[in-house]
Amino acid sequence: MDNLENEALSTQHSGGAVLECKDLSKSYGNMPALNHINFSIEPGRIVGLLGPNGSGKTTLIKLVNGLLTPSSGEVLVDGMAPGKQTRAEVSFLPDRTCLPTWMTATQLLDFYQDFYADFRRDAAEEMLEHLGINKKQTIKQMSKGTREKVQLIMVMSRSAKLYLLDEPIGGVDPATRDYILTTIITNYNPEAAVIISTHLISDVEKVLDEVIFINQGQMVLQSSVDQIREEKGMSVDALFREVFKC
Amino acid sequence: MNWQFNNDAPIYSQLIGQIKQGIVSGAFPAGERLPSVRDMATEAGVNPNTMQRALTELERDGLVFSQRTAGRFVTEDRTMIETAKRKLAETHIQSFLTAMSRLGYQKEEILTLVRQEATQGEE
Repeated sequence: MDNLENEALSTQHSGGAVLECKDLSKSYGNMPALNHINFSIEPGRIVGLLGPNGSGKTTLIKLVNGLLTPSSGEVLVDGMAPGKQTRAEVSFLPDRTCLPTWMTATQLLDFYQDFYADFRRDAAEEMLEHLGINKKQTIKQMSKGTREKVQLIMVMSRSAKLYLLDEPIGGVDPATRDYILTTIITNYNPEAAVIISTHLISDVEKVLDEVIFINQGQMVLQSSVDQIREEKGMSVDALFREVFKC
Repeated sequence: MNWQFNNDAPIYSQLIGQIKQGIVSGAFPAGERLPSVRDMATEAGVNPNTMQRALTELERDGLVFSQRTAGRFVTEDRTMIETAKRKLAETHIQSFLTAMSRLGYQKEEILTLVRQEATQGEE
């Protein structure tokens, strides 16, 4: 965690990709949702999964999570097909809050600790305290923004190999957005990868190493953020608007 | 430090510019230890790998140096900092001159205007 300083970041990592999609396709009935997707993500990367509504972002995330099974092709997490083992290595933030609302913050901490062997309770408690959250408060008593923050804290407090964040900054105010992005940066781990699915690109752009554009189930582009800025002389946000112009 | 980014240049090169600015202005004083990559990345709100890249390039230029275990420091070479300051000033002046000539001013007129503006403040 703390050898970030001296370590040649990510590029010299000995292990393989954290996530690999090989010719991955998924259809719902005869409706194709993802079409022959190929990419891999190395440890230490923070990757933006970007695409308009209905482009297949959530389908892709569900496939990685093992909540859906591929129609063809494969998805490998740390070299393994999604299953019991990969679920222990993947920390998932769904696109809506799904915390049991009757629980207090303390009960939630207990729950995560029981459920996940890699849960860093002290880290979670420190972040909750920093936010000034009363641990006796139930989830139901918290505002929407606070719930989103609490859920992100829970997800980022696991020592996972892969963090899958589905729309972590959708529907929250700009200050909460900043808090969420800062939390992602402070929990950065060179051994793990983070995937952030969103369409709020200008907000996350600076936090990302690379971006993957998908549209109508097809992969349009995988590139580093600075490469796009260097080659096109425009931000990822501007490029996105150009590529997906309606 | 007040980090700000525009939309058309790579983020790492903007970081280099702003850290240089910080060194030249004394926000990061000569010979002092820089915060960790993670802390600097958090403060600037950027990806830690991008911050790392910027610092590596500054190291190559010699403005910062790293000591294996102690971290990364600003150079103690004040001449080098002065040179960097001078280069930053030249860049600002060049872009100013370009903007002024786009407005149709000649070199002599620009100098007169600058002198006027600069002395006005003193009175």
